[in-house]
Amino acid sequence: MNNRLTTDRPDFAAIAAWIPPGASVLDLGCGDGSLLRFLQETRQVRGYGVEIRDLDIVSCIANGVNVIQNDLDAGLSDFEDNRFDFVIVSQTLQATLHTEALIQEVLRVGRQGIVSFPNFAYWKNRLNVLFGNMPVSSELPYQWFDTPNVHLCTLNDFESFCQDHHIAVLERQVITGTKQINMLPNLLGSTAVYRFQRAV
Amino acid sequence: MDTLIATAQRAIFDTPLVFRSGAVLPRYEMMYETYGTLNADKSNAILICHALSGHHHVAGKYADQPKNTGWWDNMVGAGKPIDTDKFFVIGFNNLGGCHGSTGPVSINPETGRQYGSDFPLITVQDWVESQARLADRLGIQQFAAIIGGSLGGMQALQWSLAYPERTRHVLAIAAAPRLTAQNIAFNDVARNAILTDPDFHGGNFYQHGVVPTRGLRLARMLGHITYLSDDAMADKFGRLLRNAEFKYNYEIEFEIESYLRYQGDKFAAYFDANTYLLMTKALDYFDPAHDSEGDLNRAFARAKANFLVISFTTDWRFSPERSREIVRPLLHNHHNVSYAEITSAQGHDSFLMENAHYFAVMRNYLDNVAKECGHE
Repeated sequence: MNNRLTTDRPDFAAIAAWIPPGASVLDLGCGDGSLLRFLQETRQVRGYGVEIRDLDIVSCIANGVNVIQNDLDAGLSDFEDNRFDFVIVSQTLQATLHTEALIQEVLRVGRQGIVSFPNFAYWKNRLNVLFGNMPVSSELPYQWFDTPNVHLCTLNDFESFCQDHHIAVLERQVITGTKQINMLPNLLGSTAVYRFQRAV
Repeated sequence: MDTLIATAQRAIFDTPLVFRSGAVLPRYEMMYETYGTLNADKSNAILICHALSGHHHVAGKYADQPKNTGWWDNMVGAGKPIDTDKFFVIGFNNLGGCHGSTGPVSINPETGRQYGSDFPLITVQDWVESQARLADRLGIQQFAAIIGGSLGGMQALQWSLAYPERTRHVLAIAAAPRLTAQNIAFNDVARNAILTDPDFHGGNFYQHGVVPTRGLRLARMLGHITYLSDDAMADKFGRLLRNAEFKYNYEIEFEIESYLRYQGDKFAAYFDANTYLLMTKALDYFDPAHDSEGDLNRAFARAKANFLVISFTTDWRFSPERSREIVRPLLHNHHNVSYAEITSAQGHDSFLMENAHYFAVMRNYLDNVAKECGHE
């Protein structure tokens, strides 16, 4: 387990591109600490991860990243208002129970939020449903009966959520594999990455 | 694995130590043990701060006492999480203790009799001062890590505040930044058991040839209840009876009664009542924010160490919430900190027990500390 990183995920590069050197970041649902370590090495960020799973805590510590063991659905009461430049929720949002409250917390603790999530409206997912099955893919590797994903959404869903909650989307990056998708993103993109802040 | 052979050593200090209370200890001795080898640049030293009933015999066995195993032998040793193949580990007995360091049972040079109640009340700050002098004596300018559980964790935290430049990492386990009213209340009941024992004689029972066994036993029984979890007690004893039927009297009937009395007797047979009083008062007094109007954020601003904070889910004497009170000011001050909440059924005592997640957290954290000291 020592210092092994998960396979670099395509959303990491998109996220890193938005983060200026030396920023302070909080990574919610940080897994084994791969993204934080990547950001420490490439962006010299000062950061903390939050994670609940015991094995991930040990991996984060082995990876040399700060990690706080905590349940995201219990809120972020250990963190002060506007404490971080960026709060990142990478491939985690869809597995949280109180997603709406969590995004509010993201914008309380951070000046900006960054989320990445699998786009449920990606054409392969649509095709699966069209043929009568729940989608299973590299982005959605679970069966319906063992999936931790309880709040899946599409690009359209997330953007209307932001509009309804006075959240301003600053930037969006849609990718499939490592390819950037510009045309028909809600149909052709498998992963969405957003940067946003509270609307003024 | 070879058995670690421990050797107790004694350091004598002739420079007076001024306590926070204003009291002065003109001369004192500290018992200590070391394990492993100090590297050439003296960067791999780890200090182990003990809790209420601990002492300098942290790991290994004595050559002439093969059954006397150190109190944290599961954690400290060759190939163990606190790896003596990589680190130079120091254990010691705090001043005021009853395991050979100067304390209430020692002879007061001014009177020629045992200190007893004349031994001054001591604080965590005073202890850290005495530990720093021991470090000076051993030629250690900066510790790779200072590690402690419970009251020992408070000392580790205090190191980061009193000597920020000498403290690279702090591992505070099952600790608290300061005690709550409930926790002080438990300590006060324990103290009262001792103070009201007719054999206590105001702390000078040595001259009367007696020991306040009843008070000390009660204090330990109460303490022991608070160190265990409700579940652990239920699992181990439940409502088990020693005899098949109720006897309708006040003798031991339930197994838990038998266990607690046994623990109380065992403790009262070797521990000093005055030391117990001093240790619990040191716990009560500790508050790093005492000089910053209660503001822990301000208190921890001057720390420079990296922190690992660990708590245990069923510990209600030093609950996970208390550990979070340590974490929050560290986050506020942008210090490096990791926090692990270990799922364990053993209550406060968990910090002394073997647990896979707990040990993995310790091992992986300290492996990285070892790399900083040049160990790959």
